[in-house]
Amino acid sequence: MTGTSSDARLITPTMLGTWLVLATVPFWISAVGLYPYIGVEIVIWSIYALAFNLLLGTSGLPSFGHGAFFGVGAYAFGLTQFNIAANIWVSLAGALLAGAFAGLLVGLFIAHRRGIYFALMTIAFGQIFWTISVKWHSVTGGEDGLLNIARLPVNLGVVSFDITDNDALYYFVLAVFAVVVVLLWRLVNSPYGRILSAIRQSEVRTAHLGYNVWLYKLSVIVLSAAFSGFAGGLFAMAQRSAFPDVMNLAQSGLIVMMTLVGGGLVSFWGPVIGVIVFLIARDVIGAATNAWMLYFGTMFVLLVLFRPEGIAGAAKLIAERWRNRSATPAVLSSETRSG
Amino acid sequence: MALIEADGIHVRFGDRVVLEEINLSVNEGELHGIMGPNGAGKTTFFNTLTGSVRPSRGRIRLDGSDIAGLDPHAIARKGVARSFQIMTLFNDFTAQENVMVALPAFRARGFDVRRAVAGDTALADEANAVLASVGLGAKAAISAKLLSYGERRALEIAVALAQRPRVLCLDEPTSGLGTDGTLRLADLIGALKGKLTIVAVEHDMRFLFSLADRISVIHWGQVVARGTPRELQENPWVKRSNLGSFG
Repeated sequence: MTGTSSDARLITPTMLGTWLVLATVPFWISAVGLYPYIGVEIVIWSIYALAFNLLLGTSGLPSFGHGAFFGVGAYAFGLTQFNIAANIWVSLAGALLAGAFAGLLVGLFIAHRRGIYFALMTIAFGQIFWTISVKWHSVTGGEDGLLNIARLPVNLGVVSFDITDNDALYYFVLAVFAVVVVLLWRLVNSPYGRILSAIRQSEVRTAHLGYNVWLYKLSVIVLSAAFSGFAGGLFAMAQRSAFPDVMNLAQSGLIVMMTLVGGGLVSFWGPVIGVIVFLIARDVIGAATNAWMLYFGTMFVLLVLFRPEGIAGAAKLIAERWRNRSATPAVLSSETRSG
Repeated sequence: MALIEADGIHVRFGDRVVLEEINLSVNEGELHGIMGPNGAGKTTFFNTLTGSVRPSRGRIRLDGSDIAGLDPHAIARKGVARSFQIMTLFNDFTAQENVMVALPAFRARGFDVRRAVAGDTALADEANAVLASVGLGAKAAISAKLLSYGERRALEIAVALAQRPRVLCLDEPTSGLGTDGTLRLADLIGALKGKLTIVAVEHDMRFLFSLADRISVIHWGQVVARGTPRELQENPWVKRSNLGSFG
């Protein structure tokens, strides 16, 4: 993660390219035999995966219960819409804040943990939130879920857009995705982002440099949960409903898998690549066989065994080899370790 | 005047007493060596000074104010920096980035998310100056994991220096270095002598005796001898224990 000129930019060429390609999706998606709604899913899950990767890739905090925050956001989107105001911005803010609050609650219990203990605690909290969503029938609708969530018009003051149509919804979530990408890119390349990365590499050293590691970890848990909740809100709107299953352990595992497959450990864009590969594989392989997870799971195992840095990591390696093909071999330093 | 002072430090792990009544006073600008056999409690004492171990009793005063029992980050903020025996560098960062995050100017912006780090020439220049001072001026852009062992040892010290500490604690700085590397490190630390207050735990007796103003010998969790290198060479305990037989 060496500093390069593009790290300092607000908007990078890669961002522009990604947005541009994504913007053309509705024009060709049906032609290549995919269901158009997959575009909406890819963009929303990409926001979720990028938010999740703030913890896993940037800060080295393995969360296996992240579905809780996504789910809390989904319910909050519906509940604010039903009980506070039928305004899309109020509902999205509700999803964001509910995610942040859930993150704070969980973070207070786990921010001093790391590694396997951190992971186990996130699973436990994920299960708690899932159980609440199933049992608290009067609020969440229990197993039946929260139905009739509306795709509220996008009110921009002077104009208002209707997003009940899937293509319109797609462009709305794409615009939101663009904003989130800019924010998160800046965040990971800011001093704050560097310190999160330092914490991932050595908590002990970072603390001895004068950084309150606990506070940094708590803050990034809150941020990650907030953006995950926000993505959950968009998801509830897109699906017109919220169900407990997005909070269950398997679903929480999916976001980990997508992020790792894509290469979230080594690349900002890794999670997005992972989401695209996963969802397309689901639709393409899933159309051919019900056992599609068997194939995807096999691919996951092979990837973890041979390319643990994921697709983005493999791509980086190939690019590096290509660049170095004419370079002179590195000279080994004479300084070696001795007694 | 004493800049850092340990007063009656006791450390107990369960029912095992690791440090018993350690007293130590290091003057401003002094290089104070700590030596002793393996398991004597040197590292535990070091960890107590820098906050990763809380003393069960006793005081540690930095410039008069008690810092015993504070968190490592709070002690670091008061101007106590440390290096690590088992190197603890940020391996995915370049040498420059390793130093940069240690700068007080960087720490002051720790929660800043508005500006990017890349392209901040003031921070980069400051980091490069620190790297140059330990002889790593040409290695700024190299990833820490790709540096040689000796270079990593130097970077360990650069990271601690970047904190602009009042007290620099070095935990076995020559650990794993060969003769050449140790000599180079001695030059580097010799150049810092007098400018900084340094507490160094060290196994290499030649290294310590040539650099230290005073040395404390810790054994069985207690200071068993203390004095200038010359005094210590005459100390019967040191002679008997073979610790002084470095020539």
